[in-house]
Amino acid sequence: MKNKIYRNMAIPGVVALFAVIVPAALIKANVINAYTAQIITLGGINAIMALSVNIICGITGQLSLGQAGFEAIGAYAVILLTQNCGIPLPVSIILAALVAAFFGFVIGFPTLKLEGDYLAIVTLAFGEIIRVVLVNLKAITGGPNGKQFPTMLSTDFVWGSTCSYLTIVGALVVIIILLQNFVRSTYGRAILAVREDEIAANANGIGVFRYKMTGFVIASFVAGIAGALYAPFIGFIKPDLASFNNSINDLIFVVLGGMGSVTGSVLAAFVLTYLQEFLRFLQHYRLLFYPVILILVMLFRPQGLLGMKELSFVKAWDGIPGLVRRIAAAVRKRGGTAAERRQADE
Amino acid sequence: MNSVSIFVQQLMNGLSLGSIYALIALGYTMVYGIVKLINFAHGDVMIVGAYAGYFVLCALGTTPLGMVLAFVAAMVLCGVLSLVIERLAYRPLRNAPRLNSLITAIAVELILQNVMRVLPFVGPDPRQFPTMATRMFSVGIVSFSNIQLIVIVLSAVLMVVLNYIVNYTRTGKAMRAVSYDLGAASLMGISVNRIIATTFVIGSVLAGAGGVLYATAYPQIDPVMGYIPGLKAFVAAVLGGIGSIPGAMLGGIILGIAETMTKAYISSQYADAISYTILIVILLVKPTGILGKKTRVKV
Repeated sequence: MKNKIYRNMAIPGVVALFAVIVPAALIKANVINAYTAQIITLGGINAIMALSVNIICGITGQLSLGQAGFEAIGAYAVILLTQNCGIPLPVSIILAALVAAFFGFVIGFPTLKLEGDYLAIVTLAFGEIIRVVLVNLKAITGGPNGKQFPTMLSTDFVWGSTCSYLTIVGALVVIIILLQNFVRSTYGRAILAVREDEIAANANGIGVFRYKMTGFVIASFVAGIAGALYAPFIGFIKPDLASFNNSINDLIFVVLGGMGSVTGSVLAAFVLTYLQEFLRFLQHYRLLFYPVILILVMLFRPQGLLGMKELSFVKAWDGIPGLVRRIAAAVRKRGGTAAERRQADE
Repeated sequence: MNSVSIFVQQLMNGLSLGSIYALIALGYTMVYGIVKLINFAHGDVMIVGAYAGYFVLCALGTTPLGMVLAFVAAMVLCGVLSLVIERLAYRPLRNAPRLNSLITAIAVELILQNVMRVLPFVGPDPRQFPTMATRMFSVGIVSFSNIQLIVIVLSAVLMVVLNYIVNYTRTGKAMRAVSYDLGAASLMGISVNRIIATTFVIGSVLAGAGGVLYATAYPQIDPVMGYIPGLKAFVAAVLGGIGSIPGAMLGGIILGIAETMTKAYISSQYADAISYTILIVILLVKPTGILGKKTRVKV
């Protein structure tokens, strides 16, 4: 039993380590060029945003259309904390995420009492309010022109892209691990119960509002981290970061990957980010291609590509012996028939 | 000008903006009332209407005949377009989870915007919308322009016609029945598919008229401009209680007046933020909107 626990931790651990270190080494060695590295790293940020949307929409079951607002809060907070308060960047990334979580708490308090479409609209409205305030608080946010934030991640030619990849995908891996543990804890199970049936959960002594709030605050914390990593990585932000379109993009990752599936949404975020760049040669038609895929997926696979399922490295590892045995059996059978044929020939 | 007449002037501006919002909000609220779908593409249908009006006005000039034909063209085009959208994108998903139809609606919105961008005769650049020369009238302390007059009168007429259709015709009765209980309505021999399609068409015809009116009042059009008025109209629909037709009219006018008053007396930059704040406050006080009905959840 103990052996199994050890193994269940070791396999994903090794995979995660490889996912972080191998591409980083390839980027440093220039096997992956700077342009591709930037796209992959951007995919990492989108994956963190997809996780945030997945926490609130897929796991807590509350449709939010304003997650990009929290991303923008995280991004502006990290700049203000570093430039105006002189706090070192790693500390201010964590602080910025806490600021976003605090805003999540304040906004969640009135809004989470609403349900369904009304909640969706109020979160949309909050996202827009955040954008309008960011545009107009010119003294602090730089207004519609945005704010420059040159850091080592965006300006250093030698180590910049490697470090960005390490930080961002590293953060992504840590968030995935924490999230998986959270979903399997008492809190996580309670949140899943709220998603499945609020009334039944309430009847079983689960404080519905409290757990919705927990989910919302965690989601805004994760969105805050995504923003706080985005700002130093890109080196420049605009209030448009909080726009409705941006929230929708993040929602699309989750819907395509499968609502409630962590691996699905992360995978979809990476694939779609790459696809957007890859399709650039189509020019204006590129923007047309994307919604058409979306409609086709909705029509033919409404639960998203992975549905609620998770890809599991442990299960894949467990599957290997069976697969080897089956292949061996197939080879033996064919070998056997060949031998028989030879015998018949003789 | 003294402060009273400025106030009345702003009230007129608000009323004209509000009646455009109300026209567009009606489409949102009717569709939501019947299939429980937030039709995000509605704002972009409106822009298609504005472009149809633009081409007619460019060809015929801003004569009264041109104006009438522009409205007719916009309304017909929007009606046909929504029929196609409903048939291809929304009908196959009618029994799917709500979120899927919502995502499809967003995808349809993106498709409409981007198709307009790549169409050679529309293109991504903003265009000047041809309007008639502005003339001011004044009655007592109330002064208004001819454009405002057209906007308010035409919206009022369309709303009266809609009210007649919904409350006094067989189709309207069927629409109300489907919205009340889709399953039971279909058991009573109502062709649900036809009624839902009719609802989409009526909503979009109003949006087409709203598009031309909006472009006449704010004479610049581009393929993505549907987003802001669309969102505002949606806010208006929720404000009045989504699913309720008088609610959408009331919500639109309240939102229009609130927005103009904010621009005039508080801050023009924060006007959008304030209209969203009004929405949030109203939903918190009365979670189903001003005229919305509360539905009980039964286990």
